[in-house]
Amino acid sequence: MSTLEIRNLHVSIDTENGPKQILNGVSLTINSGETHAIMGPNGSGKSTLAYTIAGHPRYTVDSGEILLDGENVLEMSVDERARAGLFLAMQYPVEIPGVTVSNFLRTAKTAIEGQAPSLRTWIKDVKQAMGDLKMDSSFADRNVNEGFSGGEKKRHEIVQLELLKPKFAVLDETDSGLDVDALKIVSEGVNRVKDNTGLGVLLITHYTRILRYIRPDFVHVFVAGRIAEQGGAELADRLEDEGYDRYLDNA
Amino acid sequence: MTDSQTAPHSFGSWSNDPVQTRNERFTSTSPDDFPAVSPALLDWRLTPLDRIAALVSGELDGSHAEVTLSNAEFAWLPMSDTLVGSAGLPEDKVSARAWASTTDALHISLSGDSAEPAILSRALIGTRAAHLVITVEPHAKRTIVINNRGLVNLAENVEIIVRDGAQATVVSLGEWDDESIHLASHFATVGRDAHLRHILVSLGGSVQRVNPNIVLNGTGSSTDAYGVYFADAGQHIEHRVFVHHEAAQTTSRVTYKGALHGSGAHTVWVGDVLIGPNATGTDSYEQNRNLVLSEGTRADSVPNLEIKTGDIAGAGHASATGRFDDEHLFYLRSRGIPEKEARRLVVLGFLVEIINAIGVADIEERLTAALENELDRIEESE
Repeated sequence: MSTLEIRNLHVSIDTENGPKQILNGVSLTINSGETHAIMGPNGSGKSTLAYTIAGHPRYTVDSGEILLDGENVLEMSVDERARAGLFLAMQYPVEIPGVTVSNFLRTAKTAIEGQAPSLRTWIKDVKQAMGDLKMDSSFADRNVNEGFSGGEKKRHEIVQLELLKPKFAVLDETDSGLDVDALKIVSEGVNRVKDNTGLGVLLITHYTRILRYIRPDFVHVFVAGRIAEQGGAELADRLEDEGYDRYLDNA
Repeated sequence: MTDSQTAPHSFGSWSNDPVQTRNERFTSTSPDDFPAVSPALLDWRLTPLDRIAALVSGELDGSHAEVTLSNAEFAWLPMSDTLVGSAGLPEDKVSARAWASTTDALHISLSGDSAEPAILSRALIGTRAAHLVITVEPHAKRTIVINNRGLVNLAENVEIIVRDGAQATVVSLGEWDDESIHLASHFATVGRDAHLRHILVSLGGSVQRVNPNIVLNGTGSSTDAYGVYFADAGQHIEHRVFVHHEAAQTTSRVTYKGALHGSGAHTVWVGDVLIGPNATGTDSYEQNRNLVLSEGTRADSVPNLEIKTGDIAGAGHASATGRFDDEHLFYLRSRGIPEKEARRLVVLGFLVEIINAIGVADIEERLTAALENELDRIEESE
């Protein structure tokens, strides 16, 4: 059982007009096996939370803490965070020239495990994970994300989730740009990893659609860089009917 | 690739000079026949002329160099020997100066069928001219590796004559000291049903300009021409590759890949393919890819394709320059891969295709180590 704790997090970014505050005191605790949905209108700071957890250099933590099983995540480099068990499925995965998917996956797995996986089981695992996400095995020989469609990029993110087996995954708008079939495939992948490894999930989304496939235990509504309301799965159903206007009027 | 851009293409013409077919370019062994080297000349306009002055106008020492050669025999031929010039003649002033300054040509004849590569090293110091003639005898299957190391200003001509039915691999390794200047022209002819694998590796030196001309003059001949280069801060690496499909049923594949890092790193690739009027049934493809690792670099990449017959099997070209940027680094690191390894993964992954084409295991290992050394130098400079 692991715990990811976010305590009173304040985050800003540098802009042309000086620093701009994005997160204004976010507190959240996720345990293994739990799924927390973060919902909110555009510009509410959802993605900032995702990238701050992963350690993207664009975001400055002004105060607050992120702890993984009591360890200070904010003192870790980007790759140390991943090796500690954090994973970010990105909204816009970048294309990387010169690095094949198979080489990339194996290098990442080796870095996270501290040793190279045995070749035979690894090839089997990669084949299985790609098959489960309905990715043709020919993708293994292509450069990372290069020429992939939007849906293929998202499925490739979940292949990585299956293979790298993190403790916690942040899914940053993984549902955006997916048609219903792809959304089902991706959601099944996330549910499978949850069942197999007890993954804790922070699911960031603008829409309630994905929550029909990945049922959240908790829903947090983000408005203007803080959590405006929290509840169970029923809160998502209410947002489906009412939208975010109620929160925006009060903000 | 993201942020990629396609270099200007031109069809059916020598770049910027529409009246001249590529093989009609002026040739002479006399330097005075050429106009002064200047940025106004098309083939010199991208070269840092201030740095190559010693080879453009100074005196060149063309005496015999001390030669070390394994797995083959060599001899010195007078420049008047009929073999000299049989694969090609100078197309620029520096090449002609090297020709005129050299007393004797170093001749290496490769025969038989051997997996053991001939390995050539020459002790070249000072400001030098040299001429090398490699003949690969009929039906021979041989590899030669030319080691280029040390501190030198070198202008040279290399002739490669691949006789009928031979399969030749010529690897030229440019691992010069930082201050070295190397200006070279390679002239190759490939006989009937023969194959030439030509591999240029350009890593060290201040300026390397190595221009291979490959003429497929035997029916059914073919070539794979590879180049791999890594330019770091202030370094200029230039390759002007010319493949001339003169005979019918000839095949060429030109693949050059390079990485650039650091302020003033400049690479030039100009790839000309000419399919002559008699070269029916030919198949050609040329490509250049560059990976830009930092700000302040410049990669020029210009493919040209000139076709004089309507009856060809295929002809194509590609050129792309992609950037490796902080978002790539973030993505790889977010999967647990440490920064140093992430950069290595990208650069070696990009260049490994060419390294693996060499086919000589210990040379491949040495080059991988040399590339890792380049990457170490980057990390130290940051």
